[in-house]
Amino acid sequence: MVRRIDTYPTHEYEGYKLRPGRTQPFGASVVPGGINFSVFSSHATACTLVLFERDNPEPFVEIPFMDGFRIGNVYAMTIFDLDYENIDYGFRFDGPWDPSQGHVFDPSTVVMDPYARSIGGRDVWAQRVDPHAIYQHRARPVIDDFDWEGDTQLEIPLEDLIIYEMHVRGFTASPTSGVAAPGTFDGLREKIPYLKALGVNCVELMPVFEFDEWEHSRISPETGEILLNYWGYSTVGFFAPKAGYAATGRYDMQMDELKNLIKELHRSGIEVILDVVFNHTAEGNELGPVISFKGIDNKTYYMLTPDGYYYNFSGTGNTLNCNHPVVRNVVLDCLRYWAADYHVDGFRFDLASILGRDQNGAPLSNPPLLEALAHDPILAGCKLIAEAWDAGGLYQVGSFPDYGRFAEWNGRFRDTVRRFIKGDEGMLGDLAQRVQGSPDMYSRRRPTASVNFVTCHDGFTLMDMVSYNSKHNLANGEDNRDGQNDNYSWNCGHEGPTDNQDIHDLRRRQIKNAVTILMISQGVPMLLMGDEYGRTKHGNNNTYCHDSPLTWFDWGALEENDDLFGFFQGVIAFRKAHQVLRRREHFKHRDVVGSGWPDITWHGTQAWYADWSHYSRVLAFMLDGAHARGGLDPDDSIYVAMNAYWEPLTFELPLCPGDGLWHAAIDTYQPPGWDVAPVGEEPPLEDQSSYQVGPRSVVVLVGREEIRR
Amino acid sequence: MEIQEETINGITVLTLDGEVDSSTALSLQEAVEAYINPHCRILMNLAGVGYMSSAGLRVMLVTYRDVIAQEGRIVLLHLSEEIRYVMEATGFLSHFTLADSFDEGIALLENGHGSAH
Repeated sequence: MVRRIDTYPTHEYEGYKLRPGRTQPFGASVVPGGINFSVFSSHATACTLVLFERDNPEPFVEIPFMDGFRIGNVYAMTIFDLDYENIDYGFRFDGPWDPSQGHVFDPSTVVMDPYARSIGGRDVWAQRVDPHAIYQHRARPVIDDFDWEGDTQLEIPLEDLIIYEMHVRGFTASPTSGVAAPGTFDGLREKIPYLKALGVNCVELMPVFEFDEWEHSRISPETGEILLNYWGYSTVGFFAPKAGYAATGRYDMQMDELKNLIKELHRSGIEVILDVVFNHTAEGNELGPVISFKGIDNKTYYMLTPDGYYYNFSGTGNTLNCNHPVVRNVVLDCLRYWAADYHVDGFRFDLASILGRDQNGAPLSNPPLLEALAHDPILAGCKLIAEAWDAGGLYQVGSFPDYGRFAEWNGRFRDTVRRFIKGDEGMLGDLAQRVQGSPDMYSRRRPTASVNFVTCHDGFTLMDMVSYNSKHNLANGEDNRDGQNDNYSWNCGHEGPTDNQDIHDLRRRQIKNAVTILMISQGVPMLLMGDEYGRTKHGNNNTYCHDSPLTWFDWGALEENDDLFGFFQGVIAFRKAHQVLRRREHFKHRDVVGSGWPDITWHGTQAWYADWSHYSRVLAFMLDGAHARGGLDPDDSIYVAMNAYWEPLTFELPLCPGDGLWHAAIDTYQPPGWDVAPVGEEPPLEDQSSYQVGPRSVVVLVGREEIRR
Repeated sequence: MEIQEETINGITVLTLDGEVDSSTALSLQEAVEAYINPHCRILMNLAGVGYMSSAGLRVMLVTYRDVIAQEGRIVLLHLSEEIRYVMEATGFLSHFTLADSFDEGIALLENGHGSAH
């Protein structure tokens, strides 16, 4: 190939050969003969590139961006003959120090490139660090090529998705995992067969962007253990995978390791959604560390009060100024990068309502960032999921600016199902909406706008939801003040562990009730890692700081609870087998396919009569399989009876649509082995006219025609 | 980084000694390219390679792709446990056929192993 004429140095500084660089792409790029560095700041007056040998605390050279090396607000320079694998780089920015005006430039501080794609300094999880080192989080130049061997995003239709929310480290950190590299991307890769066996087709990874596990580290007054930032909802660098999550992080190969994980998950038919935290950064408030954004362009990157203080809509000290045009582009560049270069299938936006606030914090009716994401061509195949609230009081579940693209974590589904299961009165009207995909909230959307869940990383696990009435967070060192208070949980008669067999059985039944209702509801179901074996966090509902068996997946407990795991497998398989449960459109409540039955009908202990009264704790419904996929792909009919009352009740059954007979698919009252039937092997009911549903139990019947033939 | 070449039964045996990183990767790549011919058979002895960086792994994969493009075959001999694990975690290993002894490496190449898979 003909050599480019701009691959020759034009300048020299202390023996280093340079030329004015290319402004794009931002960050460090390996180019013919050298490395190109490009970084922007709207308010800086000067910038210096600081180069270190890999992991060396002191720089070996500092090269100012000379006159002619700036275009607009972008500083760009190419340096020749650098060994890209053996350097870390940072910047010093000069400019005004005037906090009341939002400017906190300090050239004595080395700051990190916001576009860094590889970041050292914390590349082995929880390894001791020198808190006095001048450069903690160290940007590294990389070549981010990868041999994808034909892999692409899977683009599984949203209605077919079954999401498994998980923590990369927690999944295999326990010695019981038996993997070669516990707590890493590679450990997760080794456990892909387990995910396949469970039946999920999407993993939602809690934050995997570089963060500092040592942030706010302290000793627990309760246990004496070191508390870390285990969850990682505190981004240091948006473009870099968490190096400490990679077995190969110490070799700076975390990018390859994560890409290999994604490629292998895709080969197993499992999508990858990243939990992304764009609402704030790890730099905290006025007292927090200067890592990157503060020292580069504080006033641009953060929402500031008129006095120059940090707005705190995130509850963590600062708020990213994400509807500033410059910051908006950073977010867009970032997501495009993860979609295109990592083949990520979607994103879940933490405290997404912040992304809809203007630069002064006021909610926008038409937020440019969200609009840009919704219509972006590179993100067009990505799932976009909003946690549609923030810590500043903006609660937008059902009203998030979605542009027809954003699905939402449906917190009302969680609360309604929890309250119904524990026997609260007056829940039926709400429950009926939730199992239909919440058409009351998403009438102009599809059911898939609703990501349904009963548990997530925030709050109790499913087992704790049925074992504790209140949170037990003393081990967090905040006097039990942290964590949600409204858990809608019920301990089934005893707070915490018990030898009482009745309580034990009831708890397992309640877990089965919850996951069954989740799996027979329209919308997109999401499970929490470990609920399938009854994982407990001992009543702690806010375990962000615990890197210990308290939060790790316990593979030994999985073996001991294979009955529960088998049930989860069964109900997941049932959902996957029945497209009538995975509608693309809301129910029409009438017969639009000429089957003689409406798509959904409501029942109770009497067929065709649902008791909607306040004190009723019973609801049944029937889906006519002829309506599946708008009548184009008929399915079996399904009847679901939910009894949250503490006595068994006999439900009169409606006649099965068509010529079908009712078969028993799921009965949470039955013992393990009898509680869920393999798909296609459901036994027909002897009595087709009624079914006794056990106390606090859920029954699912499937109507099939071929048996009568 | 030093490379020794010998030919045994029409098989090119390349013995590498030293670390493979960004400072040596290019010279390694150029040296190896000289032996990549149509239907070549290469046994790469890595007993003397204690460390292979990201750039080093890329040279290995590029070499593999070049060999395959020429319908040749390549087997890696004496890969250290550490490099082997790194290659597995990062996805590079799946392309390669490995041998634990010289005789095994020769036999694999003579029996048609080490091609695209």
